[in-house]
Amino acid sequence: MGPAEASGNLVSLDGISVWLSGHEVLRDVSFSVRPGEFTGLIGSNGAGKTTILRVILGLQEPTAGRVLVKGKAGARHNRSVGYVPQKVLIDPDLPLRARDVVGLGLDGHRFGLSTSSGVRRRRIEEMLGAVDAAGFADSRMGNLSGGEQQRVLIAHALIGQPELLLLDEPLANLDIASGHEIVELMRRVATEHHVAVLLSAHDMNPLLPAMERVVYVAAGRAASGTVDEVVRSEVLSELYGHPVTVLRVEGRILVVAGSHDQTEILASAPHWLERT
Amino acid sequence: MFAGFMTNAWIVGSIAAVVAGVVGFFVVVRGSAFVAHALPQSAFTGAAGASLLGISTVFGMGTFALASALGIAWLGKRGRHDVVTALTLVMLLGTGELFLSYKTEYAQAIYSLLFGEVLGVSANEVLPSAVVAGVAIVAVALMYRPLMLTSVLPDMGEARGVRSHRMEMLFLVVVALATTAAVPVVGALLMFSLMIGPPAASRCFTDSPLAAIALSVALALVTVWASLAIAYERNWPVGFLVGTIGAALYVIGRLWAAWRQAHTVRPGSVGLAPETAPAH
Ligand SMILES: Nc1ncnc2c1ncn2[C@@H]1O[C@H](COP(=O)(O)OP(=O)(O)O)[C@@H](O)[C@H]1O
Ligand SMILES: [Mg+2]
Repeated sequence: MGPAEASGNLVSLDGISVWLSGHEVLRDVSFSVRPGEFTGLIGSNGAGKTTILRVILGLQEPTAGRVLVKGKAGARHNRSVGYVPQKVLIDPDLPLRARDVVGLGLDGHRFGLSTSSGVRRRRIEEMLGAVDAAGFADSRMGNLSGGEQQRVLIAHALIGQPELLLLDEPLANLDIASGHEIVELMRRVATEHHVAVLLSAHDMNPLLPAMERVVYVAAGRAASGTVDEVVRSEVLSELYGHPVTVLRVEGRILVVAGSHDQTEILASAPHWLERT
Repeated sequence: MFAGFMTNAWIVGSIAAVVAGVVGFFVVVRGSAFVAHALPQSAFTGAAGASLLGISTVFGMGTFALASALGIAWLGKRGRHDVVTALTLVMLLGTGELFLSYKTEYAQAIYSLLFGEVLGVSANEVLPSAVVAGVAIVAVALMYRPLMLTSVLPDMGEARGVRSHRMEMLFLVVVALATTAAVPVVGALLMFSLMIGPPAASRCFTDSPLAAIALSVALALVTVWASLAIAYERNWPVGFLVGTIGAALYVIGRLWAAWRQAHTVRPGSVGLAPETAPAH
């Protein structure tokens, strides 16, 4: 039994560095995710969130450090990790219903003829119900709204019964109401199916009600812990390498550059305030 | 028109339609139309080369189609797929012309491989076509699920251990097989239209992938049968008929899809409770 497994971690990253085309995209990133935990992976565009998720999936080889999934190195082909990538474009001309997409999550990796048994049908039906997608199960995937597609993709990832679900910016293209529904859904799913969730976002505010822990990423470095431990002026100033101030305004958290008189917003801002 | 020499044309035409309907569905879904254009061309070049060496035309077509498929897949891993395909296509056409320039007496036979020569299909071409088409269809059936997964959700497939690039390679080999089976009857230029027209039209009539494949095969059969019948009656070129009917089916499909869009309310939306959803 490895040390990570002994400590009860589902995933642990230890001193991960990644270099891509001569740039250090991740530097000495270490954190872990425990079973059933809801973790937010927060950082502005280009901070390194997607790269972290790809390292966990084994799709990106780290330059240094090691990643353990369930105590084993290399998560590639590990059925205990489900993944919904950042940009999924579905052609509206594609004859594929929501239920077909969920079916592909169940046995899409298998060669050979499909056995369209009643058991398989029921599992798909159940999963569609679990993500509130039963109402559009027979609709063409490409005709669904962004929020509806997101539910179907979550069902696709979840039906393989993973212990960890990685969601890359699932709220990025959703309106606020749909975003809240997805967060609420993920919180429910994490509890009911006992799945750990690692969800990336550039705005942490919609996640605040659900997030048990946060991994805050800035310029390829990461700090992790509870929101109160990590989202503090001292910790984030250290992470960014220059002074930042954490402001709490009416239950929302804003992270701004400099001390109180300067107001350059770095992350956790509403979209219209976001730095480009 | 069902008698004598036409029988072989009907059989080989139907084989071409079935394999084009099945394989063409994935050509359209994957957006590989350009590759589906290039591979029949390579079959033409292979046939020209085979006639120059005095060996079996089907063998020449198969070898060239397979080599091109693997070449495009391998080079496409590094460079841009469309650029690699275009360069392969251009090179093959040039080589085909070179082969032809050496052996002019076979030009007529090679010409028929470009545009199809249904009435000239001989009995000994039927069995090889059927076998190769059968292999291509069985291959699609066996790789249906991972092929669909990597066509639609490549990143999610990769995360589950299905290599997109490996599936692309396998699929191009299948397109090469389908091409080899079908080119003798519809010709290289129009095997292409048979792999695009009926499958593209079928997507407009159904939302279910398996139903779309079945419909794609049915439409391809209708296209080939109608083309053969009209070609026999009017003595028009089969290639022209296959291309035109395929395009017409697509236009009808588009119109139908537009009409359906305008006249149906989608069953279910975010607010709809699961139990009120239509159960079927
Ligand atoms: N293949 C690549 N080659 C070079 N740089 C890359 C590559 N992929 C990502 N990057 C860089 O790595 C940084 C982090 O990217 P990413 O992980 O996608 O950030 P995020 O998901 O947080 O927006 C960015 O600056 C991006 O430009
Ligand atoms: Mg990203």
